[in-house]
Amino acid sequence: MNEAEIYQRLFETHLLQCEGMFLSGSAQVNGQTVAVIGTRGHAAIDTTLALKLAEAILQVVRADSTAAPRPIIFIADTQGQALSRHQELLGLNGYFAHVARCVDLARRQGHKLLTVINGEAVSGGFLAYGLLADTICALPDAQVRVMDLRAMSRVTKISHVKLEELAAVSPVFAPGAENFWRMGGIDEIWSAQDNWQERLSKALTQGNQTDERAASGLARGGRLMAAPVASLVSG
Amino acid sequence: MNRRRVSYFEASARVRVHGLVDENSFVELCPAELRKTSPHLASLDAPLAFDDGVVVGRATLAGSAILIAAQEGRFNGGSVGEVHGAKIRGLLELALLTKPVAVLLLVDSGGVRLQEANAGLIAISEIMRAVLKGQSAGIPVFALIGGSCGAFGGMGIVARLCNEIVMSEQGRLGLSGPEVIETVKGVEEFDSRDRALVWRITGGKIRRTLGEATRLVDDLIPAFRDAATRLLARYVELPPVTLDDLQQAQHRLTERTGRFAEVSDGQQIWQQIFSESAGIAGLTVSDFNRLLGDQP
Repeated sequence: MNEAEIYQRLFETHLLQCEGMFLSGSAQVNGQTVAVIGTRGHAAIDTTLALKLAEAILQVVRADSTAAPRPIIFIADTQGQALSRHQELLGLNGYFAHVARCVDLARRQGHKLLTVINGEAVSGGFLAYGLLADTICALPDAQVRVMDLRAMSRVTKISHVKLEELAAVSPVFAPGAENFWRMGGIDEIWSAQDNWQERLSKALTQGNQTDERAASGLARGGRLMAAPVASLVSG
Repeated sequence: MNRRRVSYFEASARVRVHGLVDENSFVELCPAELRKTSPHLASLDAPLAFDDGVVVGRATLAGSAILIAAQEGRFNGGSVGEVHGAKIRGLLELALLTKPVAVLLLVDSGGVRLQEANAGLIAISEIMRAVLKGQSAGIPVFALIGGSCGAFGGMGIVARLCNEIVMSEQGRLGLSGPEVIETVKGVEEFDSRDRALVWRITGGKIRRTLGEATRLVDDLIPAFRDAATRLLARYVELPPVTLDDLQQAQHRLTERTGRFAEVSDGQQIWQQIFSESAGIAGLTVSDFNRLLGDQP
């Protein structure tokens, strides 16, 4: 399924602009207007792309400051952060923190935030915005991971074969939307047969403004210690 | 222990905490005696730490109530796993209840713990949300960076969410570590063994020059303590971040990307900013701060 077909299946109608790896616009979900902001083409997120994401979020917040806040749908397709000395020197982590603050502002201003993972959701690029939404839904082919096993093998000096063996038995380590769901990091995984418009519309009514991921991870058996240990500390 | 001359870089997480806060004021929460270790490291037969590499608790700093977390860089690179991350998040949630004058995060971490990568990534996202929630409830969060692992990966993002960053020259702050960039993009992109280059990209001086670190201090625990104590005085109250604030931040970052569009070495940034840029990498901390016009 190509990108245009995916948006067609997600939204009743939509008016989306693509600008390189950046995507923005608006769409209709069950008669309701939503803002759409995202990345495409497995984008490596650099400072320029991060600034576009942040600006788009701020624009929606500004536009709705005297109106009912529209839900924001984040479309996440990122291979992670751009890797270069230049990006590090500019302080890419600070640009990501800025995007995160914009996401937080939108939430505080009453915008519902929902991420649809289309393609890849990897590490830093996913942390910056997609993973901060109230609700996170993965399309059937979504690849969710922290680091490519080949890259991890080069960084850790552990052989690729050994990492693949570990991935086969360890859901806490292995890439995959299912594993993130078990840990509470993803709320829904949609199938190819599902009616995505219906699922999106329903998911938008169920968003949680507080962070319930540790409790979900406990209930689903994927993260048994996160919730109790945090409670032990917070008393 | 002689508190005056203890190197922050060389010290363990516990020594840092005890040296930073008022004497005998630290009370550890979820202490090592409870042995909350990583179930995921255990299943790999990997070494465990009874505190999972992070010390969290409450204390006073110059008489004011604070909460403090210190990552232990010597255990798995200070990496964030399920338990480690949950302790930091729990501390930030406690702050909402007890309203300390600040939460201090002594960051010393390469980011997500790869052996439990999925749980670690979600944990960092939870910490990010907890920092933002604490701040919008009026509680400032400070990052102190001066350990051997610096603040990288998701912890580099967390550090930049903080209201203040106190750094030593030895501290490093970034997203992808030099080793990761070198292994993925090649040694010609980033030679991680060129120590001077690594510090000109990620080190305290360049991060202070760009305004990310708000204080550059000597590599001494009392210097970190003094800087954190002085910064506390700025926060009689902390208003929530507004649309205007973020539009200004957007403007500043856009300007930075444009102004330094071609740079690949901190020295080039210093050349653009200072008339005399040749010896900056070698300046003492106090001379560097004088150059920037910073108060001691």
